[in-house]
Amino acid sequence: MDIFKIIDKFQQIDGDAVGRLEYASRRHFMNRIGSKLAAAAIPTTFAAVVNKAFAQSAAAVDVLNYALKLEYLEDEFYKAGIAAANLIPASDKAIFTQIGKHETQHVAFLVKALGAKAEPKPTFDFQYGGAFGDVFTNYKTFVTVSSALEDTGVRAYKGQAGALISDPQILEYALQVHSVEARHAAVARRLAATLLGNASMKGWITGKEGAVAAIYAGEDNMEQGGVNIKGLASKSDAAITEAFDEPLTKEAVLAIAGPFIK
Amino acid sequence: MNQHTNTKNTSGKGEEEITSVVNRRLFLRSAGLATSLGTIVIAAGCNDDDDDPMIPGTGDTVDLGSGDIGVLNYAYALEQLEAAFYTQVIQTPYAGMTDAEKAILTDIRDHEIVHRDFFKAALGDKAIKGLTPNFSGIDFSKKDAVLGAAKLFEDTGVAAYNGAGKLIKDAKYLLLAGKIVSVEARHAAVIRDLIKPKSTDFAGDDIIDMNGMDKAVAPADILAAVKGYVKETVTGANVGK
Repeated sequence: MDIFKIIDKFQQIDGDAVGRLEYASRRHFMNRIGSKLAAAAIPTTFAAVVNKAFAQSAAAVDVLNYALKLEYLEDEFYKAGIAAANLIPASDKAIFTQIGKHETQHVAFLVKALGAKAEPKPTFDFQYGGAFGDVFTNYKTFVTVSSALEDTGVRAYKGQAGALISDPQILEYALQVHSVEARHAAVARRLAATLLGNASMKGWITGKEGAVAAIYAGEDNMEQGGVNIKGLASKSDAAITEAFDEPLTKEAVLAIAGPFIK
Repeated sequence: MNQHTNTKNTSGKGEEEITSVVNRRLFLRSAGLATSLGTIVIAAGCNDDDDDPMIPGTGDTVDLGSGDIGVLNYAYALEQLEAAFYTQVIQTPYAGMTDAEKAILTDIRDHEIVHRDFFKAALGDKAIKGLTPNFSGIDFSKKDAVLGAAKLFEDTGVAAYNGAGKLIKDAKYLLLAGKIVSVEARHAAVIRDLIKPKSTDFAGDDIIDMNGMDKAVAPADILAAVKGYVKETVTGANVGK
């Protein structure tokens, strides 16, 4: 009953078996292995777990494809930025290489999770119809767009949490990606603050301040859980709005992202 | 707890054993470790002096409760810890804290206090009591120690919210948790960037997996990980159930 041998066998047939096992709920898997299963039953269990990881409702497929579109956008954006000569200074290269790596991983994950249901990669216009004409030649523009994309990503994932509530495992993956986008956003915002000389641009969003108004609409919300929390803990409105990130609807996000998509 | 007590009680004790039990108890208390272990030893050693103020009663165990209330109390417990930590950081700044660092740490303190007070208000009479933090292991005079602890708390907070999300039944609460977890992730990234500026650490390979995903950790594991930072024993066996 050597589970590693079994996984090895799977790998000979399916090179991604181990990777997919990662996606499967480990606890679920281990619980099943831990029960009194005959060795012969193990391969069946393994397959069942992998299927379970990818089983998804129509709502989830919809959310995953929406996420995929945004991840494609981010992934292509950083690939182009990193490839552009004399754009990212050596001192900041590590940051954008790391962010780009994660976006590539997010795309790969979503493509795998969706399988045949994955929608194709759109063609992008990173100059945003001319608004960011120098995005790959002017580092300030690049960092501004990066921070805007990351903050949008955070708001977009957050807006979909409710739609995934009946797909707990997919919800968890979405949350795990969501917080990574927030880490990216914090660092991109701090870089932008330095480059643009805007000290009030912090790792967190104050009120609805931001480079692109539509992206920050509603971030100044003072009502949480149906209660107005103005003056909570004697803190300023600024601190209170910083303490909560707000969601964006899919429609709002697609309106923001629209000009990026050809 | 009762199981342990019963086992101990049936063992029978001589004078010497009781003395050593008392010594251990004092030692544990002075070490700030009067948690479950302390309670077990005390219950076993001293059956008749429950009124002794040195002996923590059952009040030392805090049960987070069940269902969504349990999840909210779980978040409230973690936010209490974070708020207390940053309050201390700002009260006793480490040597050489720059203005920029102070501004960031003050912001984070305020966010955590807002989170804490928000959960307290939202939970109303279902809120757990105020916990007693134990930061005796953290040297607040040293930058490395403070930022190292901050990094641990923030990364733990992110993993905790990520792991609790799927336990939440009500979409309104799920969204609230989502609104907070990304702020914790922003904190984590900024603290990590303060420790190792301009490196990959803000979303380092030590914390983000091969799928570009942050950690998601179940409440029981988080509670075990932060146990040393709380004087009470926090139990969350029914969180989300």
